[in-house]
Amino acid sequence: MSHSADSSTPTIQVPSPFTGRRKNVPVSSLVGARLPSWAPYAAGVAAVAVAIGLRWLLSWTGWGTAFWTAALLFVIGFTAWSFSVEGRRRAKDRFASTLIYASFVAAVVPLLLILFYIGVKGFSVFSADFFTKSMNGVTSRQEGGGLYHALIGTLELVAIASVIALPIGIFTAIYLVEYGRGKFARAVTFFVDVMTGVPSIVAGLFVYTFLLLGFGMRPFGFAGALALAILMIPVAVRSSEEMLKLVPRDLREASYALGVPKWRTILKVVLPTAMSGLITSSLLAIARITGETAPLILLVGYTSRINYDPFSGDMATLPMMVWDQLGKRAGTTSNDLTEARAWGAALTLVLLVLILNVGARLLARLFQPKAR
Amino acid sequence: MAEMTDHDPTRDQRFKVAALGVPGALPVGNLEPDAEDARSGGGLTPDGRKAEGGISGSSVRMGDRVFKALAAGSGGLLLVIMAAIAIFLIWKAIPAFTEDSGNIFTTQSWNPQADPPYFGMAAVFFGTIVSSIIAMVVGVPIAVGVALFIAHYATRRAATALGGLIDLLAAVPSLVFGMWGLYFLIPNTQGFQMWLSTYLGWIPIFKNQSATTAGQYGKDLLIAGIILAIMIIPIVSAVTREVFLQVPRETIDAAWALGATKWEMLRTAVIPFGRAGIISASMLGLGRALGETIAVALVLNSGYTINWHLTEPGGDTFASTIALKFGEAGGSPVAIAALIAAGLFLFVITLVVNTAARIIIARRKEFTA
Repeated sequence: MSHSADSSTPTIQVPSPFTGRRKNVPVSSLVGARLPSWAPYAAGVAAVAVAIGLRWLLSWTGWGTAFWTAALLFVIGFTAWSFSVEGRRRAKDRFASTLIYASFVAAVVPLLLILFYIGVKGFSVFSADFFTKSMNGVTSRQEGGGLYHALIGTLELVAIASVIALPIGIFTAIYLVEYGRGKFARAVTFFVDVMTGVPSIVAGLFVYTFLLLGFGMRPFGFAGALALAILMIPVAVRSSEEMLKLVPRDLREASYALGVPKWRTILKVVLPTAMSGLITSSLLAIARITGETAPLILLVGYTSRINYDPFSGDMATLPMMVWDQLGKRAGTTSNDLTEARAWGAALTLVLLVLILNVGARLLARLFQPKAR
Repeated sequence: MAEMTDHDPTRDQRFKVAALGVPGALPVGNLEPDAEDARSGGGLTPDGRKAEGGISGSSVRMGDRVFKALAAGSGGLLLVIMAAIAIFLIWKAIPAFTEDSGNIFTTQSWNPQADPPYFGMAAVFFGTIVSSIIAMVVGVPIAVGVALFIAHYATRRAATALGGLIDLLAAVPSLVFGMWGLYFLIPNTQGFQMWLSTYLGWIPIFKNQSATTAGQYGKDLLIAGIILAIMIIPIVSAVTREVFLQVPRETIDAAWALGATKWEMLRTAVIPFGRAGIISASMLGLGRALGETIAVALVLNSGYTINWHLTEPGGDTFASTIALKFGEAGGSPVAIAALIAAGLFLFVITLVVNTAARIIIARRKEFTA
């Protein structure tokens, strides 16, 4: 981007149109004076050096204040430097670019911190026992125990929710893409959008009022799966819709031209063509609900024992195990042992979600239609 | 037949795939220019009205009727679910309105199990709105910056990778954000909060009147808002990024040709084009922040009075109240009804916010069309 003026280029003094000050401008150039390409680095090093000096002089403790001072000094100093050499417009440009780079860093740093922190904290409890044992009979003051019961519960609930939500989601997407015209289709599109925004706790409360209050039932696994399905449907519709739209119209027309009825065209042409995309979007929808906690608090409860039956009795899930081990479920206090187990369960949950996500994206790239 | 010859079909697809998994990340409404719609817009299966060259594609066979009924039925089921949510929440919340001895809108207390029950939504409403506002003030500018960075600063190859990285942030369960906030963010920001209270304490919202050491800062609405900000960044940036990538090449080139600097190009060509997208993305993020449960429930201690001093511990939101008070509501029908009423309020608020976001987009589309 920056064309730094070669030091051997002859320069003349030209008054700046903004400040009236005279400054050096290369004679044979259409571009005004520019900072050299190493200027940002120089400004950065200078800002850090000044901040470290201030930290030593004023004997600040910790590095937080020094860091923010350096950042502030860099933004102000670099902009001022640019202003004096390049003028107002370039200085504004530098200032805005700095903020945009900074905002990206500000978004990525927490992510890396979270992943790093949970990785370090959670990995310390990982052992063969941790994945093969339940918490049955393990008190909060004891070591040991594992998340087997919770892992089973999470996998079962997610599987049930997927079996309910994915067909509904894909059929709705087919309706919107292949049939949808007029008022009804617009209403469906609108409510898919609105449903995306329904908070997970509200979906949980709905199933609670409907099933548990309505029929006087005790918490059980299937109720949680229903709430997860409600949260999953709009995500599945939206993403499947995008995938179906990618199927070229030519393919459908070719099929109609051969006299194939519309429903067979959808089944035999549209769906197979979009299959890899549909699998990807399904995996991403599954990943969305795997980490949901709020509805499970109301609907599934928690047990430290292994319960394979989603239709009766409390069921453990990974998020609820974390909630329980942190003492939030019973309103008790947590200690080092329970917190370590909570981190272990949370790390397992994150790994599960990340595997689903990365897997879905790899699949999408693998089966991406070749560009002509 | 000339479909997709003069634009790279994989670019759109790549970003759509990258944005999947994030609710609302795919462009809401159709933001593409009309000509593009006509060529590549989906669902243009010819039926009676859209027929071209005599191809009709519609038929009245049995199979077709069954299939269409199934597809439309799935769509209809969605409407039924939405209606059912509203009906059941209203119905089961009625006892909360009839049994409450306080005013359900203005009382700052939460004692539904007392005799007579005494509770109101004023404080949780305050907590919900304030934490969401903090999330918006902190999160939206950063998210727009991230979107600008990915769409117009990073190289094409890096943009895909970085976009994927930001989307991963959206995939992290909210529970994990809450734990990280509780065990990492709070201990590491206590000094900063004390600094705020000491030096900016003349602004009432930063003042903590009781704390004397850094250790007494922490579980407050300010931190809850910052955690929510981190959580909404991926959603907001995914949607705005989509919009920024759709800015017509010609507009950008025109700005360059007039000698604009990069920032002037962004300010005159990219941001005006993406304004509706930014607004709707922010409102989607707001919807998410309003309804976030577990992360908030982990970092806030229940407190049922309105407190403008945001660095003082306490405060609660609709969603976190439901999660935290559910355990002790146990057998009391009024306590349960009170929580359902809180859920109903939350449902209505998010419904209004989300609907407003869609309407803004739809209106915007009419103007530009």
